[in-house]
Amino acid sequence: MSILIDKNTRLVVQGITGRDGAFHTQQMIAYGTKVVAGVTPGKGGTEIHGVPVFDTVAEAVEKTKANTSVIYVPAPFAADAIHEAADAGVQLIVCITEGVPVNDTMDAWHKVIEMRGANNPLGKPRLIGPNCPGLITPGQAKVGILPGHIVTPGPIGVVSKSGTLTYEVVKQLTDKGLGQTTCIGIGGDPIIGTDFIDALALFEADPKTEGIVLMGEIGGNAEEQAAQFIKRHVTKPVVAFIAGQTAPPGKRMGHAGAIISGGTGTAAEKMAAFEAVGVPVARIPSEIPGLIAELLQRRRARKKNGAAKAPKAPKAAKPAKKAAAKPAKKAAKPAKSAKKPAKPAPRKKAPARKK
Amino acid sequence: MNLHEYQGKELFARYGLPVLPGQVAGTPEEAREIAAQIGGLVVIKAQVQVGGRGKAGGVKLAHTPEEAYEKARDILALTIKGLPVRKVLVAQAADIAKEYYLSIVMDREKKLPLIMLSAEGGVDIEEVARVAPEKILKQHIPLEGLRPYAARALMMKVFPDFKQAQQAGTILMKLFDVFMDGDCSLAEINPLAVTPEGRVIALDAKVVLDDNADFRHRDWAEHWRDPADESQWSRLAREKGLSYVKLDGDIGCVVNGAGLAMATMDLIKHYGGEPANFLDIGGSSNPEKVTAALKIITNDGHVRAILFNIFGGITRCDDVANGIVASLKESPLPVPLVIRLTGTNEEKARQILSDFGLGATTSMDEAVQMVIAKAQEVTA
Repeated sequence: MSILIDKNTRLVVQGITGRDGAFHTQQMIAYGTKVVAGVTPGKGGTEIHGVPVFDTVAEAVEKTKANTSVIYVPAPFAADAIHEAADAGVQLIVCITEGVPVNDTMDAWHKVIEMRGANNPLGKPRLIGPNCPGLITPGQAKVGILPGHIVTPGPIGVVSKSGTLTYEVVKQLTDKGLGQTTCIGIGGDPIIGTDFIDALALFEADPKTEGIVLMGEIGGNAEEQAAQFIKRHVTKPVVAFIAGQTAPPGKRMGHAGAIISGGTGTAAEKMAAFEAVGVPVARIPSEIPGLIAELLQRRRARKKNGAAKAPKAPKAAKPAKKAAAKPAKKAAKPAKSAKKPAKPAPRKKAPARKK
Repeated sequence: MNLHEYQGKELFARYGLPVLPGQVAGTPEEAREIAAQIGGLVVIKAQVQVGGRGKAGGVKLAHTPEEAYEKARDILALTIKGLPVRKVLVAQAADIAKEYYLSIVMDREKKLPLIMLSAEGGVDIEEVARVAPEKILKQHIPLEGLRPYAARALMMKVFPDFKQAQQAGTILMKLFDVFMDGDCSLAEINPLAVTPEGRVIALDAKVVLDDNADFRHRDWAEHWRDPADESQWSRLAREKGLSYVKLDGDIGCVVNGAGLAMATMDLIKHYGGEPANFLDIGGSSNPEKVTAALKIITNDGHVRAILFNIFGGITRCDDVANGIVASLKESPLPVPLVIRLTGTNEEKARQILSDFGLGATTSMDEAVQMVIAKAQEVTA
């Protein structure tokens, strides 16, 4: 299993005739992704790498039953491309483009959220990015720009704000024999479609994912929210890493969202937030494989013991599962409910809740 | 881009926000002239982008043009929190009866603009937020925009006088126009002042523009980007599309991707070194970018060794290798170089490097430890 993309993914590439779009279309096809259509206004009727090109996403969806879109459109037009994909009924919209104005992303984000509530024949849309590397489900499909050769199927879900840092860590996981269910790069912009919380909820609900690696960075408070969400709703082991421990305040570190402002958003705060809820934080990337491997082993051992000794355990696991199974319509919701006390048991006592 | 106060006020004035007349001066002579034009009491304010200018002696009153000359001369000689004062704003001074705080920021969590309003104006708002957060009113602006009644109603919560609340409501409407049209990530008035006659005016302006929206405001960047505000090297970085932040250490690093670049800095620190910079050469990097990156880093006299950390995805390792070789052919490096690369076209890259007599490692931890050792050799 996996989250968001798999063998059934039917991909339309927006901006397929551009330099990046064309190059990565080839790469995605080579990986085995079903790229069923491309869109470039004015280039309808042509073909690139054997993929039919349409003038509009609506036409592409109608003719090819595409259910996922990936956007390589230049920044000034990228938000419009998100709107177009959402209007065409695409379920999963992955925006790779970097440099999209925050105001544009804000509009697109609200559009997608609004459509999640609407009666949509193709299902509820979800946005990933912008300014992200996309996602890959090893052996099944890749959508975006993550290199295919560094992943391998296995039990770990990876979620990260970064691109190349994700590759670095995923490769180290693969080298240590720790394969992945899905790796997802959520992006480094101040406003992004899918946050840590959404990804955590999806991995928690995915039966094949046994452990999660989360990579955050300075700026904003998505990591702190993720820590609270883990405490309340995630039963699977999580290992965190935060980039930017040496970043000076007030300076934008490459990503539009990576800035310590007004003394908040520091790596130290985020690391403390994870540690406070019992999530181990790797000091350096190369510690990640060891930490997650150890937690996986413990979880498996506990599962064995738990299955033998406590047949009633599954009942206890229910409240947590229920909460997590609603994959966060709005990122803020689960966080709010997380503040209410007396919900599921604290994380440290997790063994009782495991099957 | 962070605008200076005088630039922010210029933007405010374009949108009809009430600001007092004033102009920027780079010399005491200019300050004297502007003071004479304005007439009467003026305030001279250092144009540096840090808080606490007043406490540092960067804000002074002047009764006559001659006094303006003297005060401007004093302020232009200051360095406030490490920033030399190169310009002063000379503006009409106002009597102040009461100071408020008003700002609009983009709230990352709710994905909506957020109004922050407080009767505790004229002071460091972060301090207010820490000590007495209940004194800051917060209200999101819905996607469809801000209604005049809503702006007025919000202001009536802090302005006891209706007429003042009405003026402040209008100011908020206009500030929101600035925020949206200008693609701001912050538009702040602190203080939003009330004069003894009951006039509400913007006495300061802090505006941060979203760089991603530069393409919508080309003329602004040209008009407001002050070449003296950035070093020659920061400018080169910006022009070449590199993200560069100078730090205080001695190990230069060139990395592809912001997250990996931060993690590289962290790793240098972890193994006992000090990073000299953050530098992301970006995704689809060409050899010229690599050449520019090396120029920028070697210009920093503190750098004792340089690390390349490249994980090829979109970035092709051979492009980076070609860039390194081209750059070294042009001008040999004054300091040792450690190269780590892995990923797309790694083999080609290795060939290019070894033809030139350079080696490369594949492990990031190893590379970082190597570069620290080299830097120490140089120091020793």
